[in-house]
Amino acid sequence: MRLTLHVWRQKNADDKGEFSTYELEDVSTHMSFLEMLDVLNQDLIAKGEGPIAFDHDCREGVCGTCGFVINGVAHGHQKGSTICQLHMRHFSDGDEITIEPFRARAFPIVKDLVVDRSAFDRIIQAGGFITIRTGSAPDANAIPIPTDTLEHAVDFAECIGCGACVASCPNGAAMLFVGAKISHLGLLPQGQPERARRALKMVEAMEREAFGACTNYRSCEAVCPKEISISGIARMNKDFRRASLAGAAPAHGKKR
Amino acid sequence: MKLDARIPSGPLAEKWQRLLDEIKLVSPANKRKHTIIVVGTGLAGGSAAASLGELGYNVKVFCYQDSARRAHSVAAQGGINAAKNYQNDGDTVYRLFYDTIKGGDYRSREANVYRLAEVSNNIIDQCVAQGIPFAREYGGYLANRSFGGAQVSRTFYARGETGQQLLLGAYSALSRQVAAGTVDLNTRTEMLDLVVVDGRARGIITRDMVTGEVEAHAADAVLMCTGGYSNVYYLSTNAKGCNVTAVWRAHKRGAGFANPCFTQIHPTCIPQAGDYQSKLTLMSESLRNDGRVWVPKAVGDERAPNDIPEDERDYYLERIYPSFGNLVPRDVASRNAKNVCDEGRGIGPSKRGVYLDFEDAIKRLGVDVIRTRYGNLFDMYKMITGEDPYTVPMRIYPAPHYTMGGLWVDYYLMSTIPGLFVLGEANFSDHGGNRLGASALMQGLADGYFVIPDTLGEYLATAKLEKVGVDRDEFATSVHEVEDRTRKLLSINGTRTVDSFHRELGLLMLDKCGMSRSEKGLDEAIEKIRALREEFWVDVKVPGEGTELNQELEKAGRVADFFELAELMCMDARERKESCGGHFREEYQTEEGEALRDDENFVNVTVWEYAGEDTPEIAHTEDLDFEFVKLTQRSYK
Repeated sequence: MRLTLHVWRQKNADDKGEFSTYELEDVSTHMSFLEMLDVLNQDLIAKGEGPIAFDHDCREGVCGTCGFVINGVAHGHQKGSTICQLHMRHFSDGDEITIEPFRARAFPIVKDLVVDRSAFDRIIQAGGFITIRTGSAPDANAIPIPTDTLEHAVDFAECIGCGACVASCPNGAAMLFVGAKISHLGLLPQGQPERARRALKMVEAMEREAFGACTNYRSCEAVCPKEISISGIARMNKDFRRASLAGAAPAHGKKR
Repeated sequence: MKLDARIPSGPLAEKWQRLLDEIKLVSPANKRKHTIIVVGTGLAGGSAAASLGELGYNVKVFCYQDSARRAHSVAAQGGINAAKNYQNDGDTVYRLFYDTIKGGDYRSREANVYRLAEVSNNIIDQCVAQGIPFAREYGGYLANRSFGGAQVSRTFYARGETGQQLLLGAYSALSRQVAAGTVDLNTRTEMLDLVVVDGRARGIITRDMVTGEVEAHAADAVLMCTGGYSNVYYLSTNAKGCNVTAVWRAHKRGAGFANPCFTQIHPTCIPQAGDYQSKLTLMSESLRNDGRVWVPKAVGDERAPNDIPEDERDYYLERIYPSFGNLVPRDVASRNAKNVCDEGRGIGPSKRGVYLDFEDAIKRLGVDVIRTRYGNLFDMYKMITGEDPYTVPMRIYPAPHYTMGGLWVDYYLMSTIPGLFVLGEANFSDHGGNRLGASALMQGLADGYFVIPDTLGEYLATAKLEKVGVDRDEFATSVHEVEDRTRKLLSINGTRTVDSFHRELGLLMLDKCGMSRSEKGLDEAIEKIRALREEFWVDVKVPGEGTELNQELEKAGRVADFFELAELMCMDARERKESCGGHFREEYQTEEGEALRDDENFVNVTVWEYAGEDTPEIAHTEDLDFEFVKLTQRSYK
């Protein structure tokens, strides 16, 4: 099939950037979207033009590296999938497709469709973990976890950190991402000792970055390739409020 | 090249403990004075960096991905083995050890594998404490499944995304250390050289993939946790960025490369759909528990699968291996798929495919049971192929998946360069000629959490290292070499893209050094690789600059190294005049066409020493001493 692509080209973070238009012939319906871009890039290189930079790695929908916006939707229209899992059979001959990077203040553009999502890492560093020394764990079966609780936690643990939630949110909020990690760890018995502290630390870190706040558009949930529920945001807010009210600020011995 | 495996003396089960009892320790006050470089943030690198940071070392970590959470360990589906015996089905540390040795076709080191089995239980404990949501039974205790034909259920799993959950655990532990200030994390940074000073690994050279800046980093030890080299085949189940560059540069600086021809071709992947194909997707091995593999009996049968009557189908695995049937090990399943396709009985548009059929299982168990077991895999298959495996048989074909070969290491995980340690898939030590399912995650985490924190300390405590900074000449020389190479790649400005070279190399390797190999084919391959490599260096076209994000430049550097590795793989495959594990030499097979090991001459590890540009590498051998296990012939008939 024939396609017309309008692709955001931006040399680097300082460049203003603009859309460039490319005509593609003979696109196979079996190709993945990224393979379609690979083919275009091979052509561009042959013609002496710069290939389009885009992030990708596992191409199995689990590493969270790929992601940009197709016709206004982060990861494209196919529900519950990343771009690498989107195939061209979902497009039709003659389609015009607009491709642009995830746009959010907290995700500066590096080049073309590549953005800097290191803000996510800094939030995890602030508290997205359970403090456990290597070698000091009790037997894995010491604490039973009901399967419902466990499955609920996995639903949140599946977050791949791609950033589509931020890109699709009119406010550029990261709350689905942060809520997912707080919920994953906060649902499990192992995560209880640090639950309050974790919520405070992660929310603080989130606010230090250039993310906006949640005003319940739910567009994050709609584009999330892992279909993570915004109930995670509610859990985050609850943990944060409870921790703030209880004054569970970093606890230090007697001062508490 | 001296190959001393430094295996502790004593009974198998006491070796590791004996080492722990006897090795020297670094005092707590001195740990922060030691800088340790870790390259790679997968299960091995992430867990090592986190554990070393926690111990108080000053750790510098590098990864090419934009976040440490994205290393390719993330993509492992199936699970992780441990000898917990929670199922009460008779599993023991010894049994896990024995299965791993036997599965590796007796080409791995007893002591290393025993230690792996020994610490496997600690891994599960550690991971659960980190919040990794392994599947559980209704009572709330951990669930297990049998995997890859094992007779016990010892595999722990988290839906079909065990690797992701384990990696996020290691990443969270690593992140905690970044916040604590013990780990300095550098993303989008690629290691391009190893720096050796006075015979010891003392640092690396990196390129910042956003700015192009080439930088030198000094350290007291370097840990390479950079994964395997399946992407030498271009199409593999690995992530697109997986590469051999760090390993290869270390090899060229003196690290011996062990058994490069030991590669694993996984039998159940979605077949290639077209020439534009960029990677192959694995479908979990667990599908073979219920799916039946078949091809038409007749050559060139073009009918749709559901139109081919039962008596015109050849369920070839069930026919050839009546006792194991569809559950034969990976190497056997892959080779047989190749054989039937070579006979012209392959299916699908490319004719390189076989059916994996669930019709009988659905009839027997009902569609709901199949959906519960494999629903997510079936969905993934449908998303990629557009076909519904509930009604039409899946099409599968083998794909390069894992590499057992890697840099040679001793029992301490140290390479032939003192101070260079190699962990996880990047080393050669634990899987011999063939890796069992759910053992890769186990090895990565064993090395990172439970082996290196102790063995590295022994090195630092005994090596009497003098202070070395990046002002030493060796660093400047290396920086220049890296910069020259980048300039060279950019200046060729030929007519062919990097990918076109990589694809051609991949096809050649899969054909001549893939599921089956012959002396003649390998000789041809070596000639062709050399010619292709020469052509690459005069005709590759790498657009753009070195001082920007340049993905073509990154690929070009990696492909250049793959050429050199490919040649070594073929040489190694040619020298190993036997068939074992994933290495099948056509000249060495039984009358029934099965792999024929040569235990007279090849109970050893081939370790290759780099000897300079365009000089043949020198082969050394480490004899494997089977003190505790009796070698038997694998049989699945």
